[in-house]
Amino acid sequence: MKWFRQIFAVTNMNLLSITQRFGSSLVVIVGIAGSVAVMVSLLAMASGLQSTVEGTGDSDRAMILRSGSNSELSSVISIEEANVLSNAPGLEEYEGKPMIAFEVYTVVDLMKKGAEDTSNLPLRGVDSMSFVVRPETKIIKGRNFELGRSELIVGKGAYDQYQGLEIGDEVVLRNSAWTVVGVFSTDGDIHESELWADVKVTQSAFQRGAATSNAIARLESESTFETFAIYAESDPRLEVKVENELAYYKNQASGVSAVISSFGYLVAVIMAIGSIFAALNSMYSAVSTRLVEIGTLRAVGFRGSSILAALMIESMMLALAGGLLGAGLSYIVFNGYTVSTLAAGTFSQTSFDFAVTGDIMIQGLILALVVGFLGGFLPALRAARQNITDALRAL
Amino acid sequence: MSEILVDVKNLSKEYKRGGETLVVLKDLNLEIPKEDFLALMGPSGSGKSTLLNLIGGLDTPSSGSVSINGERIDQMNSKQLSNWRASNVGFIFQFYNLLPVLTAQKNIELPLLLTNLSSSQRKQHVETALNIVGLSDRSGHKPSELSGGQQQRVAIARALVSDPDILVCDEPTGDLDRDTATEILNLLKSLNQDHGKTILMVTHDPAAADSAKRSLHLDKGKLAS
Repeated sequence: MKWFRQIFAVTNMNLLSITQRFGSSLVVIVGIAGSVAVMVSLLAMASGLQSTVEGTGDSDRAMILRSGSNSELSSVISIEEANVLSNAPGLEEYEGKPMIAFEVYTVVDLMKKGAEDTSNLPLRGVDSMSFVVRPETKIIKGRNFELGRSELIVGKGAYDQYQGLEIGDEVVLRNSAWTVVGVFSTDGDIHESELWADVKVTQSAFQRGAATSNAIARLESESTFETFAIYAESDPRLEVKVENELAYYKNQASGVSAVISSFGYLVAVIMAIGSIFAALNSMYSAVSTRLVEIGTLRAVGFRGSSILAALMIESMMLALAGGLLGAGLSYIVFNGYTVSTLAAGTFSQTSFDFAVTGDIMIQGLILALVVGFLGGFLPALRAARQNITDALRAL
Repeated sequence: MSEILVDVKNLSKEYKRGGETLVVLKDLNLEIPKEDFLALMGPSGSGKSTLLNLIGGLDTPSSGSVSINGERIDQMNSKQLSNWRASNVGFIFQFYNLLPVLTAQKNIELPLLLTNLSSSQRKQHVETALNIVGLSDRSGHKPSELSGGQQQRVAIARALVSDPDILVCDEPTGDLDRDTATEILNLLKSLNQDHGKTILMVTHDPAAADSAKRSLHLDKGKLAS
């Protein structure tokens, strides 16, 4: 109890005297805030991308790609294979028809808002069953495309990121003109970064004949996945592989978000090392300017360990202030900020929102506290071990 | 002769500086009875402050013993010495050594934070100490708002507040003008005579030494007769 009272008293004194050391304390706070802001922002970017891509899909849906293909872009499914797949066991039915949609997936290039060059974005040719298999799809502006017409509906993310995609705008893709007729949402998943059009019109415009890229199927239940997958992968007429849709998108997300996360940690660690030196410098200076005070407290009977603890608390509190400032700034500036990046496997832009989650903020605060601890420990130890008579002579 | 409070036997203190051994105190013997007011005089480097620090438990001897009230403080470890200082000794420094961010009241309360006294008990003790030094009306002032003499009074109140057996004063008037120095010395005399405090005071000032009951001269680490 007495020890805690000592720590409280010394901490109180230290904090009261921070105003006298405002400059050096500010250097520590700002340095740590910078490290934390960078880390939190980069992790928020990785997390946003990951949750957008990973958030795509449903556990009772299956992605069917050509065997050997890692993405829809490099996959081809022939009309013959489509017919066989449509009769596969385990598929849910809708109005007497199997819930499997054969889609064309390709990449087109359009100008991003404010950009001078074009960027890739996916165009998905879909049929009416695509909307039944993906009930999360909703037209939020305008209307759906009409079958057989060169009309586009635009995902919400693509609509926000690209220019020339207002309803009524004409877009030239592969030398043919398409009209934007609506904007759709899919609950924030990866499809919001896409353009959708009638699959038959897309096949024609992109000279795919009757072939499609991939199929998406809704199964009777999650448990019939195996039945469907074994059938599709072992039928000699088919050259396809079947993946659970959730697993497929999780796999797609892992590469880029891992790179961004690693980069975030790396930059944060480099900046944090700089902040540790700033904290060391500030705390050494704080200790040396208060040497007589520390000597006096020790002479009066305060223990070295309470001086050590109080100085550590001071350092950690400065660090915490820096951490909160950095994480707070990152939250205010970036949370929900929409950007797009080149997604692995599709060579096209995926729109996503930065997600400054609680978990990421906590990681930022932990980084700040680690910097505060490392920056404060040696100066605090020096103060605690300081010979009392030497300290008292330090006037 | 009254009871011995401080008993120093064969006390030596050496410092190692760059491979050389500097002997500051050599086989020193000293007894200070309770309620004594002893002035230690001597030239700079004679070992006065070192002796004061050893008796105050701020430093440990190279050899010999220091007993205060029968307790061998030379055999105590750092933690034991901290606890001992908190309840047995009050320090008064030349430059007051008050903590600038704290008010007079909070400065005086510091040693009491090391006791089990409640907040209201601590407040009472602080008020008593402020009354003794005549600064009741300055309790809420910070050191920068007080004169040198007032600051030294606050420092004396801080030294007194935990009711220690001995007050050790290192040049307590060294930073004060003559009139203020006289006031502080009168206060120390009163603490000795009226409150029974044993006082050990290091000073260069013969006038200050005259306020003490007796004086000893230290030269080259030895007490001169």
